[in-house]
Amino acid sequence: MQVALPRIPITAAGRRLTLLARRSLIPLLGVAAFLIFWAGAARSVETSLGTFPGPAEVWSQAGNLWQEHLRERSRETAFYERQQARNDSLAARDPDAPIRWRDYTGKPTFFDQIATSLSTVAVGFLLAAAVAVPLGIVCGLSEGFYAAVNPVIQVFKPVSPLAWLPLVTMVVSAVYVSDDPLFEKSFVNSAITVALCCLWPTVINTTVGVAGIDRDLVNVSRVLKLAPLTHVRKVVLPAAVPMIFTGLRLSLATGWMVLIAAEMLAQNPGLGKFIWDEFQNGSSDSLGRIMVAVIAIGLVGFALDRLMLALQRRVSWDKQAILR
Amino acid sequence: MNSYLEFSRIGKSFGTDDGVFEALTDVSLAVDQGEFVSLIGHSGCGKSTLLNIVAGLEPATTGGAILEGREIREPGPERAVVFQNHALMPWLSCYDNVALAVKAVFGGRRDKADMHDWVMHNLELVEMAHAAQRMPHEVSGGMKQRVGIARCLAMEPKVVLMDEPFGALDALTRAKLQDSLMAIQARLEATVIMITHDVDEAVLLSDRIVMLTNGPSATIGDVVHVDLPRPRSRLELAEDPAFNHCRRRVLDFLYAARVPEPAAGGAPWRDDVGPREAADADGAGREAAAPGDAPRHSGRDRAA
Repeated sequence: MQVALPRIPITAAGRRLTLLARRSLIPLLGVAAFLIFWAGAARSVETSLGTFPGPAEVWSQAGNLWQEHLRERSRETAFYERQQARNDSLAARDPDAPIRWRDYTGKPTFFDQIATSLSTVAVGFLLAAAVAVPLGIVCGLSEGFYAAVNPVIQVFKPVSPLAWLPLVTMVVSAVYVSDDPLFEKSFVNSAITVALCCLWPTVINTTVGVAGIDRDLVNVSRVLKLAPLTHVRKVVLPAAVPMIFTGLRLSLATGWMVLIAAEMLAQNPGLGKFIWDEFQNGSSDSLGRIMVAVIAIGLVGFALDRLMLALQRRVSWDKQAILR
Repeated sequence: MNSYLEFSRIGKSFGTDDGVFEALTDVSLAVDQGEFVSLIGHSGCGKSTLLNIVAGLEPATTGGAILEGREIREPGPERAVVFQNHALMPWLSCYDNVALAVKAVFGGRRDKADMHDWVMHNLELVEMAHAAQRMPHEVSGGMKQRVGIARCLAMEPKVVLMDEPFGALDALTRAKLQDSLMAIQARLEATVIMITHDVDEAVLLSDRIVMLTNGPSATIGDVVHVDLPRPRSRLELAEDPAFNHCRRRVLDFLYAARVPEPAAGGAPWRDDVGPREAADADGAGREAAAPGDAPRHSGRDRAA
């Protein structure tokens, strides 16, 4: 005997709606719950700088920071327009008159500081990657070399950026001497500190990736008598790309985390300095403004990770790999 | 040197925590040019190790393999290997996998158009030209193994070494690939050494079936000559008494769980080979046959 099951018609549109709900509605609910918790908890925390900021205060401070940014930009534009007009009229009256062009020297806004932080972490990260990927490849290819280098890697890996910074500062001021430096010293210090800290995940993952290449593929290369460099280019690098990228993503995340601390100490005009200055400033708005920075740091970190993920998807041959 | 490819008293030991493990002892065999030899034996008896020694991928502990009078010391394209799980570079298309080998072997000696034609020729040989631009993960297991065979043939090897080439395939695909391999071998008259677990496959494809005893200290237990006329058809052979006789002998060997004592200093199967090969098997001519200054690219010289 057959029992007719009631059929629930699921249309394509209905299925898309369910998918939409699962993809966006549930995360949105999570965020909303967090905001409510935050608003409730913040009200009960009293500090010497006033009540801990809730979402609303932080939102308005974000607006303020944006307004300050716009004001500063219009001031800058006005400055250059005035300078242009003044110099034009000077030149019109007397072509030989000494004409001076000055750069605008307003204080960097919150958004300028985000840009500074991004360029600092980019330089530090690229520096680290340029060292770590080749080092990891050599470590993966040669067991002896890896055995020699491994103790050094293991010891330096857990070192905090704050421990490196004084050393880096002294070395940079001794070595990087120039009357007209291309980069600020604080920038170089922060970038190098970031590089030292985000070297390790890439070295280790590249080593594991290279050492774990399928033996058969290595044997194919041996049968073909590929020259060492061709072997690296045609077999080792492509085979290790997924692991190299895993390492690079971890490195970039570490680098971004380390950067904020490095900037606080090195006084590199980035987000770290922004937080430090607001803390020293101690106005009733400070906590709200620092909270804006905290959220900005999180969002930028998230965006950087997604960027690396997109890059990995493009470069890697292993399209089936589930990347999160 | 009398024989084309010679295994001269090959022995292989591995150092383990419990001391030295002797995997292979005194394996001696002479293979003629154009001969198709199968190696068959139970898992772990050292078949793959033996093949790797001939490929030059692993050194022998004692004795060695000699090809055209030169001792094999390192891998090279004149002894191309077809691996069990195809070993295609997953980031290269089928075409590029073959092209990688062609460029490595013929780069600088043939022009681009020539090499392209050669890649396509070999893909056509295995009936894979239509999928040249597909990636390995986009084609079936049998097709991947076809490309692996094309890559191997594209090196113009003196000896084709196959390590259970069809072991990972389903029965129908395996049968198709065996037929392809027979056709290709008839055309190219390649010297082939193939490891297999499949008795029917061994009898169908081989001129000789070399059966290894169980390890440790595995050696050649018996050799069966397959005197069936070529071209062979699997359907006709199924009824053929000669075919079934060979099949029976291999099965008897494998299932008798017989572990013959290796005769001291020699090979127990000596009766089964000609007197010339037996004389070579004691390694008398080996030193003279293995000049230390064997040129590295002997395979390429031949291919030119």
